[in-house]
Amino acid sequence: MSPLKADSDVERSSAVGMTGDPPANSGSGLAVAGDPHRQRGGTTLLDRLEPVIEWIIRLCGWSAILFVFAIFLFVFLEGAPMLFGDLDLVEFFTSTNWRPDSEIRPQYGILALLVGTLSVTSLAMLIAVPLGLGAAVYVSEFAGGRIKETLKIVIELLAAIPSVVWGFIGYMVLGPILIWLTGAPIGINLLNGGIILALMSVPIIVSVSEDALRAVPDSYREAATALGASRWEVVYRVLFPAAKNGLLAAVLLGVGRAIGETMAVLMATGHAVQIPRSVMDPVRTLTATIAAELGETVAGDAHYQVLFVIGMVLFAVAFVVNLSADLVIKGIRGGRNE
Amino acid sequence: MFDLRCWLHVGSTSLLILGAIGCGQPDGGPDLQRRVIRVEGSDTMVNLAQAWSEEYQKVRPDISVQVSGGGSGVGIASLTEGVADMANSSRRMRAREIARAEYNMGQTPIEHVFGLDALAIYVHLRNPLDAITLDELAEIYAEDGKLTRWSDMGVDNRSCRTGEIVRISRQSNSGTYHYFRDTVLKDREFKLGSIDQSGSKDVVALVSRTPCGIGYSGMGYATDDVKMLKVASEPGGEPVPPSLASVSDGSYPIARPLLVYTLGEPTGVLKEFFEWIHSPEGQEIVVKLGYIPIAPVEEDTALEEDEDSQEDATVDEDEGGTGESVEG
Repeated sequence: MSPLKADSDVERSSAVGMTGDPPANSGSGLAVAGDPHRQRGGTTLLDRLEPVIEWIIRLCGWSAILFVFAIFLFVFLEGAPMLFGDLDLVEFFTSTNWRPDSEIRPQYGILALLVGTLSVTSLAMLIAVPLGLGAAVYVSEFAGGRIKETLKIVIELLAAIPSVVWGFIGYMVLGPILIWLTGAPIGINLLNGGIILALMSVPIIVSVSEDALRAVPDSYREAATALGASRWEVVYRVLFPAAKNGLLAAVLLGVGRAIGETMAVLMATGHAVQIPRSVMDPVRTLTATIAAELGETVAGDAHYQVLFVIGMVLFAVAFVVNLSADLVIKGIRGGRNE
Repeated sequence: MFDLRCWLHVGSTSLLILGAIGCGQPDGGPDLQRRVIRVEGSDTMVNLAQAWSEEYQKVRPDISVQVSGGGSGVGIASLTEGVADMANSSRRMRAREIARAEYNMGQTPIEHVFGLDALAIYVHLRNPLDAITLDELAEIYAEDGKLTRWSDMGVDNRSCRTGEIVRISRQSNSGTYHYFRDTVLKDREFKLGSIDQSGSKDVVALVSRTPCGIGYSGMGYATDDVKMLKVASEPGGEPVPPSLASVSDGSYPIARPLLVYTLGEPTGVLKEFFEWIHSPEGQEIVVKLGYIPIAPVEEDTALEEDEDSQEDATVDEDEGGTGESVEG
């Protein structure tokens, strides 16, 4: 195709666009203000609506920020009286005694819950990261054509399963299997929660890391192959280092997913306030504690407020994880610009 | 605030439909408003309230009883804000909540008892244990309790390979948990590390799958897959199985009231609804859902249930625990 011909093609198609569909053209905003077609045809309804639509779209964008701040403000205001009042922060973070409803002496120690959240999340990542990265490598580098498309669709489906269903699977199916396999007294425990959470985080890890792997230019693969690298060596020595920021971001997003998950861990972990000594011990997470207890608290009392302080802790953790994921992703872009 | 609470319903319970109903209160005219009774609160009682609502619809098609769960605390908060007409609660209202109701609405909440819920002690079917005393229960569940293995109680529970007693309990602010602590543990705390389930039904379901387990939950939630223990109030005392008869005559030691709160004495349609609940027809539903009625039921039903309960106290219930996951 000669450059000349290509130019005329573009011109023809844009001319068709102008005469046949003037509103579509106005989408580019001020740039077309001086367009002769517009003068001739007068202003359409859509032209007059344009500023309004622009504002609506702008609001949609800003609303996300608005909501985050509103939610944070709400959580903060509900928990603040306790945070700055009676709450003994040292006890809060170092005690394992979570007895919010005690009539003798209420104790608000979240150490066991923190350890619960961290242990379930770490275990989940221990399972999900190799599984997710492996799947991503297979989908992006090894699977071809139909298998690749099928796998991608199925992995997306996996992400669409509601968390309560995951919890149910952990509770009803995985629990008895774990008892049968290991002889543990109870099947809903750290391991169960970790496996369920891992399965829930795998889709996000796969899709983000697959994108990262695909973003590595083919010339890298070709160069490595030309140098005599095997396919595995290409993946391990070339693709992983080249895509490492994207892969790290994938893992961090998976971590975020796992920390915030509530319903599934509530059902699958056993919900017991204790520091686990083995993976077969039941644990309790921060999110599950809020979900299970908030409905029955006296609105505005100490227990209610402490649950909101836990909400703040979760907010902080989620913020740090997401921020680092963001910074890491920014790192990819920076790296590419260099 | 109201919206948020609705979202909490949706988020914290799987009762999505109920949550949606709760959020979508009809804003009809005053005429319509008067014919709607809004019931909110304890998830333990949500099935009961729903059953009442459905039956009452047949008796009085002109009155609509809207039921939603969310928890005792949520129900009481709604009552004190005038969003609900009656609040089901599995615990007594706290002084702070009563004060707020008086401050907000200018009326004192009144407590009503609509039935009794016998707390049954459940173990796995293959556990040879048959009866337990309240003291033993306290030693199992309480802080520094001495019973940690089945052999400590002289029970040869072979189906439990590790021999350890797995304590299955409820989340720390459910009414059942409070009742158990006050009645069984008395002045002691719960030992931490128990498996805290969010629903009455979940306790039974988990016990049925846990050979080492023991759990407490409403008698109405019994299934064929678990064993209910006879309970003796003191060592050497006569163990009593939970049943309609033994709870009614007070010989079964652990049963709690099903509480309903209203602002002031009920009037108008609410009063009619309450009278209907106390009628044999309304009380029959209490029995059907596995609870103990406070007023006489229709004779044939009562007899039938009595015969049943002599065999075993299992109230054959599908309705006993449907559609509930997180509850009070």
